[in-house]
Amino acid sequence: MASTTEQAAATTNEAAQSAAPRRSVTLRLWRGDADGGGLVDYEVPALEGEVVLDVVHRIQATSAPDLAVRWNCKAGKCGSCSAEINGKPRLMCMTRMSTLPQDEPITVSPMRTFPVIRDLVTDVSYNFTVAAAIPAFSPGPREADGTYRMAQVDIDRSQEFRKCIECFLCQNVCHVIRDHEDNKQYYAGPRFLARLAELEMHPLDNLDRRRYISEQMGIGLCNITKCCTEVCPESIHITDNAIIPLKERVVDARYDPVAWLGRKLLGRKPPKSATAVAAVAPLWRDRGAEHAGAGSKEA
Amino acid sequence: MTVVEETPGAPNPNGGVAPIPVRIGGVRGGPPLRKILRRDTWWLQPALTALGLLGFIGYSIWAALRNGDFYAGAYGRDYLSPLYSPCLTHSCTTAGYVWGGWSWWRISPAWLILAFPGAFRTTCYYYRKAYYRSFWFSPPACAVPDAGSTAEGNGLRKRYSGETRFPLILQNIHRYTWYFAVIFAGILTWDAIAAFRFPNGIGLGVGTIILVINAVFIWAYTLGCHACRHLCGGGLKQFSKHKSRYWLWKNVLTHLNEHHQLFAWCSLFSIIVSDLYIYLVASGTITDPRIF
Amino acid sequence: MPELERHDVDVLIIGAGGSGLRAAIDASATGARTAVVCKSLLGKAHTVMAEGGVAAALGNVWPEDNWEVHFRDTMRGGKLLNNWRMAQLHAQEAPERVLELEEWGALFDRTPDGRILQRDFGGHRYARLAHVGDRTGLELLRTVQQRSVSLGVEVFMECKIIRLLHGPSGEVNGAVGLWRESGRFVVFSAKAVVLASGGIGKTWKFTSNSWESTGDGHALALWAGADLIDMEFVQFHPTGMVWPPSARGILVTEGVRGDGGVLRNSEGRRFMFDYIPDFYAKETADSEAEADQWYGNKRDFRRPPELLPRDEVARSINAEVKAGRGSPHGGVFLDIASRRSAEDIKRRLPSMYHQFKELADVDITSEPMEVGPTCHYVMGGVRVDGDTTASTVAGLYACGEVAGGMHGANRLGGNSLSDLLVFGQRAGRYAAEHALGIKGTTIVDEAQVDAVCNEALGCFSAEGENPYALHQDLQETMQALVGIIRTESELIQAKERLEGFAERAAAVSVEGHRQFNPGWHLALDLQSMLAVANCTTGSAIERKESRGGHTRDDYRESDPDHFGKVNMVSRLHDGVVEVSESPLPTMPEELQALFEEGH
Repeated sequence: MASTTEQAAATTNEAAQSAAPRRSVTLRLWRGDADGGGLVDYEVPALEGEVVLDVVHRIQATSAPDLAVRWNCKAGKCGSCSAEINGKPRLMCMTRMSTLPQDEPITVSPMRTFPVIRDLVTDVSYNFTVAAAIPAFSPGPREADGTYRMAQVDIDRSQEFRKCIECFLCQNVCHVIRDHEDNKQYYAGPRFLARLAELEMHPLDNLDRRRYISEQMGIGLCNITKCCTEVCPESIHITDNAIIPLKERVVDARYDPVAWLGRKLLGRKPPKSATAVAAVAPLWRDRGAEHAGAGSKEA
Repeated sequence: MTVVEETPGAPNPNGGVAPIPVRIGGVRGGPPLRKILRRDTWWLQPALTALGLLGFIGYSIWAALRNGDFYAGAYGRDYLSPLYSPCLTHSCTTAGYVWGGWSWWRISPAWLILAFPGAFRTTCYYYRKAYYRSFWFSPPACAVPDAGSTAEGNGLRKRYSGETRFPLILQNIHRYTWYFAVIFAGILTWDAIAAFRFPNGIGLGVGTIILVINAVFIWAYTLGCHACRHLCGGGLKQFSKHKSRYWLWKNVLTHLNEHHQLFAWCSLFSIIVSDLYIYLVASGTITDPRIF
Repeated sequence: MPELERHDVDVLIIGAGGSGLRAAIDASATGARTAVVCKSLLGKAHTVMAEGGVAAALGNVWPEDNWEVHFRDTMRGGKLLNNWRMAQLHAQEAPERVLELEEWGALFDRTPDGRILQRDFGGHRYARLAHVGDRTGLELLRTVQQRSVSLGVEVFMECKIIRLLHGPSGEVNGAVGLWRESGRFVVFSAKAVVLASGGIGKTWKFTSNSWESTGDGHALALWAGADLIDMEFVQFHPTGMVWPPSARGILVTEGVRGDGGVLRNSEGRRFMFDYIPDFYAKETADSEAEADQWYGNKRDFRRPPELLPRDEVARSINAEVKAGRGSPHGGVFLDIASRRSAEDIKRRLPSMYHQFKELADVDITSEPMEVGPTCHYVMGGVRVDGDTTASTVAGLYACGEVAGGMHGANRLGGNSLSDLLVFGQRAGRYAAEHALGIKGTTIVDEAQVDAVCNEALGCFSAEGENPYALHQDLQETMQALVGIIRTESELIQAKERLEGFAERAAAVSVEGHRQFNPGWHLALDLQSMLAVANCTTGSAIERKESRGGHTRDDYRESDPDHFGKVNMVSRLHDGVVEVSESPLPTMPEELQALFEEGH
């Protein structure tokens, strides 16, 4: 793959659909793989009412059939088509062309926090590994009638985080791992801090994950600069409603001298230790090595 | 790509038992990280924030060094500057809290007073975001490399440890600074009430209005604090068992919290305006118009 | 051929949507070594698109509700062509399957007394759909996904299964897959295979389905010698967006109509009142005044006709458009903006509002939507045993959309999510039971593996056309000739064209190399789509009546005496799809009694 910008004017059969394409638009796509790559310009006729993914698909169907891109629902519900459009992490299916300046090329590059596989497709297995390291939901027993009772007000908070479509844009934008690769081993990232907040706030859950969140999930690495919230396509208030409340809960468990003194004086037991919690996290089954190098990913 | 069990020389900053077995070290796609692809004016927000914060710091240093003209009692107004309240060293006759006449205190009392709200604001979740972005460049804006970016091997800082080590681990004491902030908000409220006292009874001056607005902003900022929101109700697992705390959490604190940034700036400006106005009145530069 | 990557498992599950993961949970619980293979990343399956809810007779809102009513609604919706046993098990087991999700962390919206809130939906007599706003599918998928992860189920992501492998006596004993990422082949040996691969929508031009819905499971079963039934029954969702292009194919949930949205033609007329079939006349309002009162008082008034089953609504819209009273872009108007306040709409349909605003800059609180029928779901699929989900081939199981019979001629909204839970669980359990009953190691036939790999690589050396062009032609043909309204002549024309497409498909060529090459993936998917298109077209020709998701212009009535009693079975014979009739299983008397007068 040439690393220089080259012109690849696309011919299209869209003339049949659109009476007279008046203007054209240029997409500057990053093409390449682990051996390197570069930005390539594709010029296509501008059509009304399209999103970036529509244009990428037109390029794929005409001038670049082997252009690798992930997508599924094309409706902002599955979170597959994450990329960086003009440098901003966004879903391609939720970025209308009309919101972008069309007199200059529109740059579309893969998420830059994860290793590239090809073109716009990245290896997001980091996220699945972290997901497996989260201590599972542990509810108490059901009521006598075989159901659970929960008040709506008690689940509103967790429901906000369950809107997450796992596009991993927040993981991508988070400088803790974007700019500091080493931290991937020590940091769950905004998506999974929100997942942990969901579990901590779940009215039926009985597990205390606070020390685990601090010691294993690395909440202390977050410096709340709110980029995760800024890029969230579901408008989840990740920082204000998930991470900061978790930080405060961690303070309760670890840094609050009054609470510590109270526990000492009243002889209350401290919360379950991280290792005790880790025993229920599948991370420790160490399934990670099984498929590495075989082209597959652990779940 | 290999599964990394441990990276030699990279201790877990969290103090936990083992790293998460993720793969690290793959080749990143796209143009190099240091190449900023954003086309918007991403630098504007951190620049304005830096300007605003530096402006405030500069002003409060000047105001603290001034060590005078912070009480307008000489002109028949019980106006006390928020930067000098409670009144420790001065004779503020009727206004504010007079703890003082600390004649042994040699330097400006503003330094002592500023320390408390200063600690509150320094550890505030909003201000942290603001100065981490504007001064630390950590990061200056989203999808812009931070000053310590090691992804391309040219970062200024070797390792990023966030708020896991001294001194930044002290950010966790935010809730204690909040307790003091509540006391100070109470004092400033008293100052605002005291500002209605005129030599011949109750009155209202422009300064009164300024001090009332200041008190309102201070409360809006103090109650919108994330630690306050947590202590009031956010830390609860089941709201349905704590009706009144839930009500307060949902209907008051959450709304204030959503505008924490706004009130952080409003209260900062109102403090400056209050102090400046009182200085101008107390130094005889202007006369405070009485409305009734 | 270089040494291939190999995995030996007990149960191989193809598809990681709701049914696949639900199967994985139960299969791995039995101790069977379980692997899930999916074409996308974990958690991206089409299940996330389900909005309305999970139908289950929990009786939380209407204590009168029970499995018998749900069963009857399902059978009626399916025009009595359902596999009665599946419909019965489905209605009986759905409530427990839903409650189980809560045990795994799902958070459904609540009633004031803290139980699961249920909402109204077309074709369901009582408010029965457990839901979470309008993102129930996401909630369900996330729940089974997180449960599977915590159980340590192994998931092979971005891997397409190309063919199933069979043992000496025809039983399924493995599969050949392709890593999308590396372009390398992988061989699975398995004692049981569960198909949970979802739908076939990508065979049509206007569809709500994602690229994954290419009918892979249907085709794999067919090639493995299994029977498919009811392939002519394809559900077109009545209200998919037709404009603007960025939102085309996106479904507007029935919830919009349940919450007050109405359908109007270009003349502004609420035309659904003109199309109320006798079958539903008793429970449907016949005036706008009565219909409008229903929203506030569901007990005393009859339902608005906008909430008739999907096929009735789809057909009515089609008729309006054909009569020249459609919207500018070939649909009709769905109007909620003029009937509910903006706050109400945003509160009740938050993600609908958010989606259209973001996606297409359409504000549903201020302007009507342009909607039309869109291919959405296939009722037909692999013929399975109701209890065990076993197909007609040993070792092969199917659940979810890829299985046939459960929904008969038409599916009720909300029944797909409950279907995939109920039969996903059963498939996992019985497939694992079958696998654990087989002793010894599984040996796959290397000759079959080599043949599959060589065929799949053929398009790199072929000199034919671009697969995208062929796909487009296939979609246009199916949309135009095997769409929502069908006639014999068009169907036969489609069949002829499909023969031509098969020749073109054999010569399709792809550019580039094997690593993450979407052109190659499409070329392979085209094989599945062509197989499915043949089954649907063939069955549609044979069923000379109109029923549910199959509407014939030349046979407008349903034929209860003949076609009402048979399934159309598609089967491969010498490489050609053959369609034959097969009698419907007979319902026991106690269940038949549920349909008599008075109920």
